[in-house]
Amino acid sequence: MTLFDKFLRIRELGIFSIIVVFVIVASIIDPRFMTLDSWRAVFLAIPLILVMAMGQMMVIICRHVDISIGSILAFSAIVIGLLFIQFPGLSLWLSLLITATVGLVMGLINGFIVTRFNVHSIIVTLGTLSLYRGLVFIVSGGRQIDRNDIPEHVVSFSQTSFLFSIPAILIFTAIIVIVSHLVMRHSVLGREIYATGSNPVAAHLKGINVTKVTLFCFGVCGMLAGVAGLFYASRFGYVNPGVTGVGIEFIVIAGVIIGGTSITGGSGSVLGTFLGILLLGIINVALPVLNIPGEFQKAIYGLIIVVALALDQLIIYRMKKLSGGLNA
Amino acid sequence: MLKKISIYLSENPNLRYWIVRPEWVAVILLIISIISSIQLSPFFADLAFIMDSATPYVEYGLIAIILTLIIISGEIDLSIASMIALTAVIFGTAYNAGLGMPISIIIALLSGTLCGLFNGILVTKLQIPSIILTIGTLTLYRGIAQSLASDFSLGGYPSWFIGIDYRYVGIIPIPVIIFTVFAIIVGFFLSSTIYGKQLYLIGTNPQTAKYSGIKVNRIKLLLFTLSGLVCGIAGVLTTSRLAVARFNMATGAELEIVLMVMLGGTYIFGGRGNIFGTFIAFWIVVILRAGLNVARIKIESQLTILGAMLIIAIILTNYIYAKSQK
Repeated sequence: MTLFDKFLRIRELGIFSIIVVFVIVASIIDPRFMTLDSWRAVFLAIPLILVMAMGQMMVIICRHVDISIGSILAFSAIVIGLLFIQFPGLSLWLSLLITATVGLVMGLINGFIVTRFNVHSIIVTLGTLSLYRGLVFIVSGGRQIDRNDIPEHVVSFSQTSFLFSIPAILIFTAIIVIVSHLVMRHSVLGREIYATGSNPVAAHLKGINVTKVTLFCFGVCGMLAGVAGLFYASRFGYVNPGVTGVGIEFIVIAGVIIGGTSITGGSGSVLGTFLGILLLGIINVALPVLNIPGEFQKAIYGLIIVVALALDQLIIYRMKKLSGGLNA
Repeated sequence: MLKKISIYLSENPNLRYWIVRPEWVAVILLIISIISSIQLSPFFADLAFIMDSATPYVEYGLIAIILTLIIISGEIDLSIASMIALTAVIFGTAYNAGLGMPISIIIALLSGTLCGLFNGILVTKLQIPSIILTIGTLTLYRGIAQSLASDFSLGGYPSWFIGIDYRYVGIIPIPVIIFTVFAIIVGFFLSSTIYGKQLYLIGTNPQTAKYSGIKVNRIKLLLFTLSGLVCGIAGVLTTSRLAVARFNMATGAELEIVLMVMLGGTYIFGGRGNIFGTFIAFWIVVILRAGLNVARIKIESQLTILGAMLIIAIILTNYIYAKSQK
């Protein structure tokens, strides 16, 4: 086991122990928190964010950030909603394919601008964040997709189940998470993403096509945000052009960063990201149980991001000191 | 003809330096947008109308000027819009708690300064990249504003305080005067003082700047603090204009502010840019917004155009700098 591997393990252990402590404290304050219902709420709250986080994690490992995912989610949700109005019989698999394609195209546009013009991804996606959001309004004409526009079989996707009363949306999310894990850990492409993130120049010299890897990350990130659009329509039963997906990118980024993914690229794992998102989901459900008003949620998320960034930086600083190299 | 010009330019580097500059893109864009807007509606030929449409963007313009300095020095601050909302909400809370107007304003400015200082300390001491840190504080500050104000609108200000955009000197509203004076002062500071030159050096090469004896971290800290202070001023101005403070005001303003700086030809990687460009870009955004409103394009749909412009502005600026470096 290399030092790097050990280091990762410690990181995930950290977030895991935070979750355990948080859950214990919350259930001591209010025993209602340990009921099956609240855990059901936790696991129904996270699929949307978790799916997006898998893509965002790849982008961040690759040394970029995509803040347009909320708008991509909204756009694919609006597109699929409008299609449902036209063709109520649209099958789940076909709609999944459509939303994934819409997201993929938008993600690839982000990736293309970033790689072709060599501009920082946050600035580019700040532009496309508004661009896509404007498109949402243009395509929908400002009209909301209502509950009765969305066909029954899509809504039931997030409620009913075919396996041990686990909703289908959760099983689907689990598949995406496991596939992401296999790609990141056990495929050549996954290792190339890590290599690109830790040192793009060295990765290029080693023969890795950095442009292709970056495009792949942005494409997957967009695609998963598109899929999350279908999840949103299924889970909430409406799509509003002004509300859907606004600000969700910051929740996703918060989850990825507290999951131990370093914003300087090159490190992070699917397990860590999963735990990070799980912690956010638990906090989300715990707030009302602990009698903390919902208005505090955003401030708490923000604080978590800043603290996680500071900790990340301190860890890097310590690592540099330990390895003895200033320019390491 | 074009070839002759380009040959002539390449033989005269000095002339080339003056002609191939991104600010001229901003000026040309401004002229195009004015002409096309006048085509759209004759009201545009009216200077008073343009002045009136400028007042809502003055708050953004003020911040854009400070953000220009920050971007020139190689950093960025994306938490600006949240700081406007937070300071406005703190101002409203303080006033409604019966603290009186002067103290409330001081508290608002102070809280803005503290927010900026917090950003600055984390960037300079912990060396967190500002672009990602301010994404975090963006969420944090907006969240604090929401926790303070919940979903209420904080109003009830005296009538002398409300409606600074309806006070004029001649036909020019007071906010526009504030913006212009501020732009001139900062522009002079940037172009003609030693501190301005230091900013460019920091942005071009922070290592060299450090070894040349420039206190890089202290200057960056100062810039972020200043950004917070100006956001505080903008928060108070916005509250005066809208007569209420809400946690969700200025949502998405970072797009317009960054757009102003980018359209003005400031280089996203630092080291280049000037206030004149940002000043011109401010008027482009004003005229563009007003023109789109006159053309009855929905505010939300306008986002598409603004977002596309941001990307095009960055690509164009990078292209021009890449060309002029050869």
